[in-house]
Amino acid sequence: MRREVPLFITGIVGVVFVVSYFIPAAPFCYLDSKFSDWFSIVQACAIVLGALNLIVISTKKVVGRKEKWGYPVAIVVSFIIVIAAGVGGGREYMTTGTSFDWLYRYSYVPLSSTMYAILAFYVASASYRAFRARNVEATMLLVAAFLVMLGRVPVGDVVTSFMPIGARMSDLQQWIMDFPQTAGQRAVMIGIALGLVSTALRVILGIERSHLGGGD
Amino acid sequence: MKTRVIEIGVLVVAAVGCVIAYLGKPNIFGWHSGFVFSPTVSLIIIVLIGVSLLWMLIRTLQNRLVGRRIVFLYVGIAISLPLFMSITQNIVVSENVRDVYTALDELDPGEKVLVSFDYDPPSAPELQPMAEAFLAECFKRKLKVIIIGLWPMGPIQANMAIDTVMERMGLDSTQLVYGVDYCNLGYQAGNEFVIQRMGTSFEAMFGNDVRGTPYREVPLVKNVKNFSNIDYSFNLSSGFVGTVEWVQVAVSRYGLRLGAGNTAVQAPTVYPYLRAGLLTGLLAGMNGAAEFEKLTDFKGKATIFMLSQTFSHVIVIAFIIIGNVAFFRGGRKTALKGGSE
Amino acid sequence: MDHLGLWIAGFLTLGIYSFLYRDNPWYKLSESIFIGVSAGYWVVTEFWQNFVGKFWDQKGDDPWLWIGAVLGLMMLMRLFPKIGWISRWPLAFVVGATSGFWMMNYLTTNCMAQVQATIIPLLGLGYEASAVMIFSNIVLVVGTFCGVAYFFFSKAHTGVFGATARVGVWTIMVTFGAMFALTIMNRMSLLIGRTSFIFGEWLGLIR
Repeated sequence: MRREVPLFITGIVGVVFVVSYFIPAAPFCYLDSKFSDWFSIVQACAIVLGALNLIVISTKKVVGRKEKWGYPVAIVVSFIIVIAAGVGGGREYMTTGTSFDWLYRYSYVPLSSTMYAILAFYVASASYRAFRARNVEATMLLVAAFLVMLGRVPVGDVVTSFMPIGARMSDLQQWIMDFPQTAGQRAVMIGIALGLVSTALRVILGIERSHLGGGD
Repeated sequence: MKTRVIEIGVLVVAAVGCVIAYLGKPNIFGWHSGFVFSPTVSLIIIVLIGVSLLWMLIRTLQNRLVGRRIVFLYVGIAISLPLFMSITQNIVVSENVRDVYTALDELDPGEKVLVSFDYDPPSAPELQPMAEAFLAECFKRKLKVIIIGLWPMGPIQANMAIDTVMERMGLDSTQLVYGVDYCNLGYQAGNEFVIQRMGTSFEAMFGNDVRGTPYREVPLVKNVKNFSNIDYSFNLSSGFVGTVEWVQVAVSRYGLRLGAGNTAVQAPTVYPYLRAGLLTGLLAGMNGAAEFEKLTDFKGKATIFMLSQTFSHVIVIAFIIIGNVAFFRGGRKTALKGGSE
Repeated sequence: MDHLGLWIAGFLTLGIYSFLYRDNPWYKLSESIFIGVSAGYWVVTEFWQNFVGKFWDQKGDDPWLWIGAVLGLMMLMRLFPKIGWISRWPLAFVVGATSGFWMMNYLTTNCMAQVQATIIPLLGLGYEASAVMIFSNIVLVVGTFCGVAYFFFSKAHTGVFGATARVGVWTIMVTFGAMFALTIMNRMSLLIGRTSFIFGEWLGLIR
């Protein structure tokens, strides 16, 4: 029963969403709406589950005085501060000027932004060390990258200012994005879509059961 | 031990420098009002950077590859020095950006625009200028703006954008009234299922706005049932859930008219939808934001940042060329045509 | 308080950047604070927007929301190893919903609409297309077809089919080149934002 009931749920819910696309009348539209509402609540709980799991693991490290337990203390303390500011702030917790908003602007924004910004250095370093025109395909990739990089900034048009309007670097870049790049993207999208349809069918029909996990 | 002393010394000097610079700000002691390089100084810096890149090419030809920290230094220089330069660039507006502007042009005052903020702070340098320019244009045309977010940080980024726009346009809360001219319905979990549900009922997904006011009591949206009451929609996104899901659900199933503002990395994946006529306009990356700022005559950050963008692209291209020169000079074993390693 | 906030933001920003030199306690502390703040932010947002705004305020109008609440609570049972198996039910619900929904979305928008958009008049509707436009249309159609052919792995890529797949590879290489360029652009944009904060908002050095 521990595996059969979830398989049944997967099948029924999947079929409802597929059928409601073709038959938007009752009862499918009604079931579609209810399932969407429930999905929203379940997803919110999944997000909270992840956060709570993190706090449980960090707290265990602190209590057990594991190696470098000072850092989990920082995790737990910052979590508690944000929760207190957010939940204590009431329904208007997000309004400009609240303590939650202050914490967001001066801790979350700099941290999350910098975590991603640091990648710029590594992407430049990796390009210098590893990006080589070893064969025809790599050369095509490199040339396309150069043209698009130069075409998306004004210096590209400065370099090709001798060309007539419509034939400058920005126009060439736009042509690459509109035609060969779109063609390649479309091919990838179509391939993924067909693969996804077959996988989704396998999941709905219960042939694919990996989402239930092992054991039990 | 010596390294540790040097490290601590550098940290102390940097900290003291930061304190002096901070205290010297105009709103504190006013020792300085910021620095701007004159065009001559800017040109000298550009020449110096070019000469140093040439030196690096010569080093590479001598089989002395530069370390990664030198690459980091160059990237840092390419990004930071242009922020002080007074060079202006000619931004050419592309057709995809113009389509968004044309879509707004076709709307009458009082018509409703749904703006979805589906991004977080890392994407803000590209998307926040787009959001500010778009909102400013909507308010200038007296369009009514309904804001939602499918990312948790979206609504708070929207608040920041509204604050900036109101300050830039010199508007106060009596001239731009919350709940009448614009409202922020907040975030809802559920990804594409939120969009699906909005197709039948906005209120079912957004029972209250971010201030806790029940949906039915917000004057702007109390008569908005679903997408059929929306005249144009604009989505700012940097990943999942974002423009792709809006196209798949809202445009494909409900016929919503949608324009998009995407980060540069997401833009290529959205081009097939644009070419298939499912999107009405696309602002892609920082240059898309700069083009829209030029079109709408909104003096935003994207135009200022484009010089740094230019420098960084040139530096990366230069490093790739230098790396390939070393590779080719090192004697490749395989021929260029049909070879693989 | 804004002065304190700017210094905290500057401290945390430089802490993350210190990783470029080497891993160090300053970076680890900033990283740990980031993890805690992110988790806290997500929990607060879900609490007010979803648990209170969607469920608690609307449960009177829509009693069926209680089923969603029960499924959500079952999801939280994953925290307890002995009864963690209960979370399979909401997980099955999520997987089923996503499978059914995505199947139709991807089939219509990512497959059929894209094929439809590729079937275009190469010479223009009234045979009025310019030479450049005709060439572009051919690139689009041939590139898409050959790209799809490349992903067909049930037949060996030899002979005419192999040549078709090769053209597909070249098209995909151009796509990847464009994606690489735009990824560079994106990463640099993120760095520009942070650098502008350090030299502008924080230290006030940019006029």
